[in-house]
Amino acid sequence: MSNTMKTAALMGAVAAAMAAQTSGVSAASKEKCYGISLAGENSCKAGEGTTCAGSSTVDYQGNAWTLVDAGTCAEIDLPAMADGTPREGALNELNRDRPA
Amino acid sequence: MKAFHEALLDPALQAPEGLHDGRGGAAGKRFDVYRNNVMQSLTDVMRAGFPVVRKLIGAANFDIVAGAFIRAHPPTQPIMQRYGGGFDGFLAEVPQLASLGYLGDVARLEQALRLSYHAADTEPLGASALASMSPEQVARTRLIFAPTVHLIASVWPLYDIWRYNSEDGAPKPQPVAQHVLITRAGFDPAPHPLSPAQSAWIAALMAGTTLDGAQDAASAVEPDCDIAAPMALLFAQNALTALKGTA
Amino acid sequence: MMLDARQTPPALPNTPGVGFKPAHFQGLTSDPGPVGWIEVHAENYMADGGRQIAQLRALSEQFAVSVHGVGLSIGGAQALDTDHLARLKHLCDWVKPASFSEHLAWSTHGAEFMNDLLPLPYTGATLTHVAAHINQVQDTLGRRMLLENPSSYLAFDDSTLSETDFLAELVSRTGCGLLLDVNNVFISATNLGSGARDYIDAYPLSAVGEVHVGGHAEDADEHGAPLLIDSHGAPVADAVWTLLGDVLARTGPLPTLVEWDNDVPDWPTLRAEAARAADALALV
Repeated sequence: MSNTMKTAALMGAVAAAMAAQTSGVSAASKEKCYGISLAGENSCKAGEGTTCAGSSTVDYQGNAWTLVDAGTCAEIDLPAMADGTPREGALNELNRDRPA
Repeated sequence: MKAFHEALLDPALQAPEGLHDGRGGAAGKRFDVYRNNVMQSLTDVMRAGFPVVRKLIGAANFDIVAGAFIRAHPPTQPIMQRYGGGFDGFLAEVPQLASLGYLGDVARLEQALRLSYHAADTEPLGASALASMSPEQVARTRLIFAPTVHLIASVWPLYDIWRYNSEDGAPKPQPVAQHVLITRAGFDPAPHPLSPAQSAWIAALMAGTTLDGAQDAASAVEPDCDIAAPMALLFAQNALTALKGTA
Repeated sequence: MMLDARQTPPALPNTPGVGFKPAHFQGLTSDPGPVGWIEVHAENYMADGGRQIAQLRALSEQFAVSVHGVGLSIGGAQALDTDHLARLKHLCDWVKPASFSEHLAWSTHGAEFMNDLLPLPYTGATLTHVAAHINQVQDTLGRRMLLENPSSYLAFDDSTLSETDFLAELVSRTGCGLLLDVNNVFISATNLGSGARDYIDAYPLSAVGEVHVGGHAEDADEHGAPLLIDSHGAPVADAVWTLLGDVLARTGPLPTLVEWDNDVPDWPTLRAEAARAADALALV
């Protein structure tokens, strides 16, 4: 790209920024000052469903996980990426691959 | 408290000695209330922080993997908004998930959304600051980014994967590499897809390169890269706070 | 250290308060009903910015605020996290809350934070380090703090003091005040087979600066003994409202917080719980 073209592209981008900003979003508007947090929170309660039943002793056994259901990854079917990264499959295929 | 603490995260350990039920008996399974609450409360934090990872692998699988992460990497500070860093790398090491190559990038994206949500508020820079300069001055200018801005590189259709699992009716991801820019114009962080060349342009600017140098970085990836769209995005999304000229 | 009276915010009002949830921001601010103050968990407001900080800033202009810590691990044997204490000081410096409180519990051991309020034995040794921690907090924040009684699912063979004697001794050694969680009293008494009214009889009521009520869940241990869980996920139980009435009859009106943290209801439902607290306050 020539310097002239480069400068034209840059100043064109500045003009685009001017146009975009006039229609842009204003920060910190009062009416947006509520909503649902994106993050986990600290609390002083017992977690939902906490009991003295010892479910924690059976669900988490070292590395011998069995993945029991499939999420939306099963719906996402991508061919091998151009850079050679591997094709991914659904979780039911993964179950066969897990170490014994 | 050492024995109490150790038994909380290790279900293979017996409950500690020296605890009773107030009725003349041993505490028995009452200890599991604390054990379960620790796991439950931390799993809740992980669910809230990584909803798309959870949707991708399924709720039951997520609880298993998050539980393993919690046991391997319990919090080391008391603010739960900050917990979950390193989950991307942990996911990449889970053999059962090895063929979901994009999962770690999705976790990085979700972690960056949380960081952006809680980042400092700043006054946005107006585009007129650049428009009033000569082209030579603009070329020598460096941009200062708001602390809400994050750039996530990926070889996967990262934005489309996120969107497919976040918006009803979003299209299925297509096999194209998408980098993601996270901005926060008000209080709600938003991800935006970028081409690799646009991402290279923003990455160069975030690293403190001049606008001229950033153009070179983008052109090295894609010779006719359009920088007008990402420049408009940065200003429209209040992603910049200041600029620095070069003498 | 002498506190400058002009810098000391007014105390919490003797009205109902609610534990603030972001989903209630609009309802609470536009239609607070009998709610005169709010309580927030300190650790959720330690970010650099964003919506939650903006919400707290707006709320603190409308309501008296109680900052309630859940992460300081005051009941632990190890030294307090001075980074965290500095964060608490920063928060109290800008919010200027009417009250700061924490828990008689620990959550940190070594470098690990367990995100739960864990129990401690009540002994001369634990009394010494908890008192030192309270003194350190009060010296750092430049204010008196309130300490909350825990909900217990078990007890320690090593304990040599009752919980009420332990709390009374802390008040006497540090000058701290107390946050009396009436729901926790009911839960612990039920779980440990003791009497909730005996606990209140033995408790240093004159030090109370705030009371809590909240909902609990019912479970049982492996022997079939009742085990109440401090879930904060249901309306306040009738027995807890009755116990609150007994407490207020002895103390007079106090700032009374309704906690609802799981299965959080819509604002009108929580406001109705706060109205029940107002009814209890109106009787004394």
